[in-house]
Amino acid sequence: MAINWFKYAAPINFYPLAGKLIPWFAILSALLCATGLYLGFVVAPADATQGEFYRIIFIHVPSSILSMFLYMIMAAYAAMGLIFNTRLSSMMATAIAPTGALFTFIALWTGALWGKPMWGAWWVWDARLTSELILLFLYLGFISLHASIDDPRRADRAAALLAIVGSVNVPIIYFSVKWWNTLHQGSTIKFTGTSMQITMQQAMFTMLAACWLYAMAIALTRVRSIILERERNTQWVAELAEVKQ
Amino acid sequence: MKPRQKRALFIIVGIAAVGLAVGLVLNALKDNVSLYFTPTQVYNKEAPQNRNFRIGGLVEAGSVKREKDGLTVHFMITDLKRSLPVVYKGILPDLFKEGKGVVAQGKMEADGQMHVSEVLAKHDENYMPPEAKDALKRAAAPQVVAPVAK
Repeated sequence: MAINWFKYAAPINFYPLAGKLIPWFAILSALLCATGLYLGFVVAPADATQGEFYRIIFIHVPSSILSMFLYMIMAAYAAMGLIFNTRLSSMMATAIAPTGALFTFIALWTGALWGKPMWGAWWVWDARLTSELILLFLYLGFISLHASIDDPRRADRAAALLAIVGSVNVPIIYFSVKWWNTLHQGSTIKFTGTSMQITMQQAMFTMLAACWLYAMAIALTRVRSIILERERNTQWVAELAEVKQ
Repeated sequence: MKPRQKRALFIIVGIAAVGLAVGLVLNALKDNVSLYFTPTQVYNKEAPQNRNFRIGGLVEAGSVKREKDGLTVHFMITDLKRSLPVVYKGILPDLFKEGKGVVAQGKMEADGQMHVSEVLAKHDENYMPPEAKDALKRAAAPQVVAPVAK
């Protein structure tokens, strides 16, 4: 039996699927978040040089990782929207952008909170921090550009170009600590291994999974609203139980 | 070629072109993008003269000396090839320690020392509990003694 890959590219099929997935992602995310925070703030030991301050990484690192991953996913959806002309891809890109911007902001904010006691400065214009700030502006630019064009299909195309061009920034953020002298330390999680105590790692990866599930749940919730808004003139939306009420 | 393949090709070529352009720009601005210069670069006159710049490296072990006023600190910043004397007056960050990373901003003066107005501590990428660190120190101790025995 051939699988019809494009079945869920149609909003009419994707809308109920997303509705079924959201509670699972949301509940799992909450459970993992509680476990991760418990592991991170109660079970994990203090760090030898940073003491208790290092515990910000349980929020800072997952948000930073997600800020970059979500941008790549957003740009990929935007590119798919341009190439295949699929409405849903562009809607997904629009739905992911605010969550990506939120995680970027959290990464910058928690980084500043950690930077003051550890480095001695809230903010330094080094390559890692600056490129992450540019990422925040790219997200905000994507959201504003999309919002400033009335015709949604034209808005999709214009914003998609911005997202695709901006994706060049993501490898720069990741490799910035390698390519240039920065105040930000190098990567702890490397392909060759991780230079971190095991309980700290478990807490961090649990938090990472929690943030992933949160991002998926919230993006799907948002895309459902976008689908309803954009397809409001269609027959199937008019026949939905939640719309009829 | 189908229109959608054309669009895909256009996007791929576009990303490659933008990536190449950004790569060339960043390569040309290499010295400006880096936050600090190393002591070796300062000795090779790659750092700016008569102007503020940042110097980064490790605080050389045993080099930290405080003056009687309790605020002025002298220490050496090293990249394990060259080291540079630094003078700083002010409060040091908590993570400032001999053998640890540091980034300082200031100017080379005629006395051959770098007078800095800001000192930032640079943390490394290793996270471990204090007990593990003590264990590492004990394991490393014989290696420190070895050269003396020669």
